[in-house]
Amino acid sequence: MNADRTVGEFALNRSRWGWSEMVFWLLAVASIFVFSDRYLILTEIAWLGLFAMSLDLILGYAGIVSLGHAAFFGVGAYTAGLLAVHGIVKEPILALLVAGLAATVLGFVTSFLVIRGSELSQLMVTLGIALLLRELANKFSNITGGFDGLQGISIDPILGLFAFDLFGKVGYIYCLVVLFVLFLLARRIVNSPFGLSLRAIRNNPLRAAAVGIPVNRRLVAVYTLSAFYAGIAGALFTQTTALASLDVFSFDRSADLLLVLVIGGTGYLYGGLIGAVVFRILQDLFSSWTPQFWQFWIGLVLVLIVLIGRERMYRGVMWLPRNFARRFGKTKPAAMSDGGAS
Amino acid sequence: MSIRTKTLLQVAAGAALAGTFAFTAAQAQETVKIGLIVPMTGGQASTGKQIDNAVKLYMQQHGDTVAGKKIEVILKDDAAVPDNTKRLAQELIVNDKVNIIAGFGVTPAAFAAAPLATQAKVPEVVMAAGTSVITERSPYIVRTSFTLAQSSTIIGDWAVKNGIKKVATLTSDYAPGNDALQFFKEHFTAGGGQIVEEVKVPLSNPDFAPFLQRMKDAKPDAMFVFVPAGQGGNFMKQYAERGLDKSGIKVIGPGDVMDDDLLNGMGDSALGAVTAHMYSAAHPSQLNKDFVAAYKKAYNQRPGFMAVGGYDGIHLVYEALKKTGGKADGDSLIAAMKGMKWESPRGPISIDPETRDIVQNIYVRKVEKKDGELYNIEFATFEAVKDPGKTKK
Amino acid sequence: MAALTFYRRPSRAAKLRPPQDDGALYGPVLMTTLFTILFDGVAYGMLLFVLACGLAVTLGLMNFVNLAHGAFAMAGGYICAILVNRSGVPFFVALPIAFMASAVIGLIMERSLYRHLYHRSPLDQVLFTIGLTFMSVTAVDYVMGSSQTFIHLPEMLQGQFNLFGIGVGRYRLMIIVICGLLTLGLQLILARTRFGSRLRAAVDDPRAASGLGINVPQVFALTFAFGSGLAGLGGALGAEILGLDPYFPLKFMIYFLIVVTVGGSSTITGPFLASLLLGIADVAGKYYVPKLGAFVIYTVMIVLLIWKPNGLFGRTAAR
Repeated sequence: MNADRTVGEFALNRSRWGWSEMVFWLLAVASIFVFSDRYLILTEIAWLGLFAMSLDLILGYAGIVSLGHAAFFGVGAYTAGLLAVHGIVKEPILALLVAGLAATVLGFVTSFLVIRGSELSQLMVTLGIALLLRELANKFSNITGGFDGLQGISIDPILGLFAFDLFGKVGYIYCLVVLFVLFLLARRIVNSPFGLSLRAIRNNPLRAAAVGIPVNRRLVAVYTLSAFYAGIAGALFTQTTALASLDVFSFDRSADLLLVLVIGGTGYLYGGLIGAVVFRILQDLFSSWTPQFWQFWIGLVLVLIVLIGRERMYRGVMWLPRNFARRFGKTKPAAMSDGGAS
Repeated sequence: MSIRTKTLLQVAAGAALAGTFAFTAAQAQETVKIGLIVPMTGGQASTGKQIDNAVKLYMQQHGDTVAGKKIEVILKDDAAVPDNTKRLAQELIVNDKVNIIAGFGVTPAAFAAAPLATQAKVPEVVMAAGTSVITERSPYIVRTSFTLAQSSTIIGDWAVKNGIKKVATLTSDYAPGNDALQFFKEHFTAGGGQIVEEVKVPLSNPDFAPFLQRMKDAKPDAMFVFVPAGQGGNFMKQYAERGLDKSGIKVIGPGDVMDDDLLNGMGDSALGAVTAHMYSAAHPSQLNKDFVAAYKKAYNQRPGFMAVGGYDGIHLVYEALKKTGGKADGDSLIAAMKGMKWESPRGPISIDPETRDIVQNIYVRKVEKKDGELYNIEFATFEAVKDPGKTKK
Repeated sequence: MAALTFYRRPSRAAKLRPPQDDGALYGPVLMTTLFTILFDGVAYGMLLFVLACGLAVTLGLMNFVNLAHGAFAMAGGYICAILVNRSGVPFFVALPIAFMASAVIGLIMERSLYRHLYHRSPLDQVLFTIGLTFMSVTAVDYVMGSSQTFIHLPEMLQGQFNLFGIGVGRYRLMIIVICGLLTLGLQLILARTRFGSRLRAAVDDPRAASGLGINVPQVFALTFAFGSGLAGLGGALGAEILGLDPYFPLKFMIYFLIVVTVGGSSTITGPFLASLLLGIADVAGKYYVPKLGAFVIYTVMIVLLIWKPNGLFGRTAAR
């Protein structure tokens, strides 16, 4: 690494688009046309991916663990639902932003409780907040509909033009667009000096503080940002399914989210997206194969991922396409062997 | 960019390019497809399994061909999470082209699928969920289970007439629990009864001790109990542990708490509990005896009321197909189902042509020991009870 | 201090009572009720402690996030249920067998799987142990069915007896006795025995400990097995109160984590006191303010963790 390479240049380099990133998004666009009978699960993957990305922002970039991210998801979901039911904000995109902001407020307020303490207490405080919200939603059933869920949600056409259809096509494209826009934003943020300072904090908070990074303020900021993302994911969920019920706050949702992110890997934004694709497709395959015992096979996959090791597993999966590329493309698949910064 | 980033992305790209997953939606004209969406995993799993078992049993007994059509059941697990239910229902309707969706372990799940049933004109046969308003959510919903109002009002009336004056209530704090409480209270207080204590228990509640202590301190004649299917056993254990069985406080309630598949494990503390419900494994009809015997033989377990809901649900589909002569579009099926009457293991039942809800006998039963096993023995019958939740309006 | 709170609570409770039961029921009964509630809370807390303390050991001492801990508890519960219900083994014989069997399962798992993961990142450990939990849940579901299972108790453990007007549940009394003895035993083992000092040494500095001739992997394996055994015993004891079904490990994972987090994971006194505190707070909260019953345990946890982020007895440097 050259001495004259500045931090800015480094960041710029990092933020350059590689071929695999382009392929990823091209495939996402292609999925609209190829899997036209699977829009619903694709939609689910899209909001789950966004949700996982929001967790990645705090876990992968700032080292804050959370087992209660469903709190923000749920607040986003209920806000979007209530806005639609009472006709306060009719336009979905506007409602999406309002829901995101509601989650942001909660994120900002709770961030002060969360950022202090060990990892374990972070886990439990976040979890506790989500469960408390769930109980609150159950108690205030005159507002939230309680256990039965919010009733009578109907979502207006997006921008007054595109109505949500039974096949889920509009819903999927909508989610995908929102996901892409927010992804671009997140990518910009994590590669900015702000994002770099977060990494510094994650790697060593003491040293970060010593070089003049306002550690707590940065953590509050990223936690709040992550809450915004999770709120948007929740709102997308409600808008595409027209549902908001208590289980948006559930422990299972937060735990699944952590699994999704860890499967895909943390700290590079795509982890959540890839995790969402892998997790949901596995779940779908297993549960249509054996509706009663699919959890066993999911469990087995998780165990194997850890035992075999992610890297080794992916190398195995990659063997075929790489071989293919070597034989026909002549171009060496990039980056498989260029050791460097992580 | 890190190695890992690129590797993973390449994997994702590669895997998708290789096209490892293929989705097909083949459809044949001669089959009638039923999408059975029930919770097979998670806390409500026993509900789903009973329904699935009963449906399989029925199809074994009656063959899989009706009116020249082959019946195909596609089982899906929604883990009682409504967004799963909705997605599965939608995929079943759109991709698998099912003619009927059925199952629905909890009320929110049934709600979630209702707009789809209306939009796609696909009958939704509710085999478990018990909140009154479900059938009003879509003109394509038919119910073969029960409503909580049916059993709660009857136990309320029965309690007043049988010298129970003061009742403490213990219900799970969610919609069905509140439903049960409200209907019981209405009928019980209208008859002159008094509610001396009202406790709502959180849905996920490991320890009933404090709530039971409150019951005990209120010194009622009886306690009205509703907990969701599956928690009843746990509850009765602690009821006995606290010595409530000896203190003369009787358990009354809708039959959920005395579910047949758990009853035997509860031990003798359950003896004497009086509940009102639509099904008991001890129902004294030949049809039921055969049903229980066949179910026990197949699954080594006693069928509970969820199993009967599933059994009758699939029966309703078979009969409707016979009536339409194999025509499987939503409107003909629903028309055929309306007003259908038949003899079920639980007794004579019918589908109300107006509300598409179930009309059935509600039995008041007492837990007694028969051949060394505990059973809900029916001792009073209220015939052809409609859902009071709707007749009230 | 204690007396003060004791006398203040009933009056608050009287105010919170719904209006319809302003009868002659309460008054002299209040004090005895209070003790009954305390008794129930202690029993519940003790049970939580036995269930969770294995987790405290693996998490606090060995730095391993074992979310599959509940699966060992479930194993103990089902082993006890099968022995008592199907083979007619007496309950008090089945309890130690449940302990031993869970410990053996724990030992096998540790030797074959867990030990490879001690140096992996906590997130990998989470992934792995959640995976194991899923597998165990489904496996038990497959073998035992998804309905609740009950253990047939001997006659002498059923019901309540009256002690100076205080209702004492026989079963809960047994839990308190067994768990109390266990806690004392644990404390003695850790503080007084050779194994205890080896364990503490191995935890403080594994390298130095092995330099001193302590077989660190062996110490860890035994500790792990012991923790699993305790969980199994807790599962067997708790079946009566908490219920036993295949989803036990998932349902109660949260409670175990709460106990360990609040207690701090560096000693066993911490989790012990935390269990008692949470048990009493939960039972008392649900009794006196049933409307807010569901909130109590989470609120207590959050408040405690904000006050002491590393747990009640946490090392400040604890990870």
